[in-house]
Amino acid sequence: MSSAVDPVIINLTVFVLAVVVGYHVVWNVTPALHTPLMAVTNAISGIIIVGAMLAAGPEQLDAGTVMGLVAVMLAAINVFGGFLVTQRMLSMFKKKSK
Amino acid sequence: MSANFVALAYLIAAVLFILALKGLSSPISARRGNMFGMIGMAIAVLTTLTITQNLIYIAFAIIVGGAVGAVVARRIQMTAMPELVAAMHSLVGLAAVLVAMSAFYNPVAYGISPLHASNLIELFIGTFVGAITFTGSIIAFGKLSGKLGSKPLHFAGQHWFNLFLGVVMIAFGIMFIFTESWTPFLIMIALALTLGVLLIMPIGGADMPVVVSMLNSYSGWAAAGIGFTLNNNMLIIAGSLVGSSGAILSYIMCKAMNRSFFNVILGGFGGGDGEVGGAGDVEQRPVRSGSADDAAFLMGNADSVIIVPGYGLAVARAQHAINELAEHLIEKGVKVRYAIHPVAGRMPGHMNVLLAEAEVPYDQVFEMDEINNEFADTDVVLVIGANDVVNPAAKTDPNCPIYGMPIIEAHKARTVLVVKRSMAVGYAGLDNDLFYLDKTMMVFGDAKKVVEDIIKALQH
Repeated sequence: MSSAVDPVIINLTVFVLAVVVGYHVVWNVTPALHTPLMAVTNAISGIIIVGAMLAAGPEQLDAGTVMGLVAVMLAAINVFGGFLVTQRMLSMFKKKSK
Repeated sequence: MSANFVALAYLIAAVLFILALKGLSSPISARRGNMFGMIGMAIAVLTTLTITQNLIYIAFAIIVGGAVGAVVARRIQMTAMPELVAAMHSLVGLAAVLVAMSAFYNPVAYGISPLHASNLIELFIGTFVGAITFTGSIIAFGKLSGKLGSKPLHFAGQHWFNLFLGVVMIAFGIMFIFTESWTPFLIMIALALTLGVLLIMPIGGADMPVVVSMLNSYSGWAAAGIGFTLNNNMLIIAGSLVGSSGAILSYIMCKAMNRSFFNVILGGFGGGDGEVGGAGDVEQRPVRSGSADDAAFLMGNADSVIIVPGYGLAVARAQHAINELAEHLIEKGVKVRYAIHPVAGRMPGHMNVLLAEAEVPYDQVFEMDEINNEFADTDVVLVIGANDVVNPAAKTDPNCPIYGMPIIEAHKARTVLVVKRSMAVGYAGLDNDLFYLDKTMMVFGDAKKVVEDIIKALQH
């Protein structure tokens, strides 16, 4: 039992904690903003771009890097589209001016 | 840059993502929250750039994708948000599949060579969730945008067939884990892609809010699954946040329709008109109908009015007109509020965005639970483009298919005005008792036209 902790366990720890945090944070989101929530989570799931960039990273261009580059492009659509459309929606929510 | 530095930068990004979601607890903090999200993403991407080569290619891919995303975000109509969201889920799904394939092709790039059994299991899970998200979201997109019929598609033994496909897919996944070869991996992917199509096809148009939320959740789990494979904590955290968010939204939507998640997934409801219940109900009951002038008179002399908008309002593009009507009433000293049912739009919170776009101040807009107690003290309720969500039978008639569904209690107000094209039934195919109450007045016509006529009458 004295050996190092398997990375799988560390990943699992992070995963479970993140789910717990996500659960509490999302229940606090006001229902009026559920559509922007979905748009911004779309942008955040674009974080897969990091994995895609690592795939596209090795200097030698081959099937692996090309798939990575395509994935970078797809994820970039999500990142930019998601954050910008969220911003656009949120800017519409105004209180009464009077 | 050292791996430790990268990991710390990723930690900062992850915290910023949490703050982005936290900001959405109120419209006041939401914009700052979105800014945190953008900063987090920028930190994540820039940090990753320091540890990759092919910078020019990568930058080019980001610019192309980013430009497409920016143009779409600017041009998209707010009524089309559900389609946009579905399309974006499919992109995440496809990206996850590509990253997984790339990781299997060249594990060295991720520092996970040689691949352990645990890597392969994670790779398998991330890939199949991504593949189902990809094709499932395309089908959802097709249904939402009207490119595919919204009717549920059924064939005999469908669920058993899906179950069979799922089992075969897992079998190939296990074979992949033991053989580490491409053939079972690719077959597994193909089966998952097929499964994505078959799972979403049988689900009808009215259930799309649940489906979109569910695919939102899947896209997050796919990202988290890839994070496990790559031992990347930021991917795991961001993916889990998205995954739990989508799951909670699915739950909220199911609850708002009083249906279980499995009931929705197994499909076959809300595909169109009158296929469930109400079939034998052909008796013509008398209704009281009135003109826009009558409606204007009633509302103009009321102390308080609650507007209950449904998706029909957006279909008739009457959001701006309704805001103008509200402004006229407020000028006359009438207290005006809006009551929103969770499934009033085509996705969670959709109606709130549509009203915000029409410059309705958000402090006039209330959720069902916040305002339901107020109806008894309200003079006039204006139901416009909504039907099933104000059907009192959901509370009183145990034989009614939507029995138990939480409703907006419009029937408790002193007077009910219903703007509707005709006496046609809503999504659930039910007749609505609300329309036949003595205190109800129907105003027939196109929502926008009727509202404009009411405004004209108010100005006299």
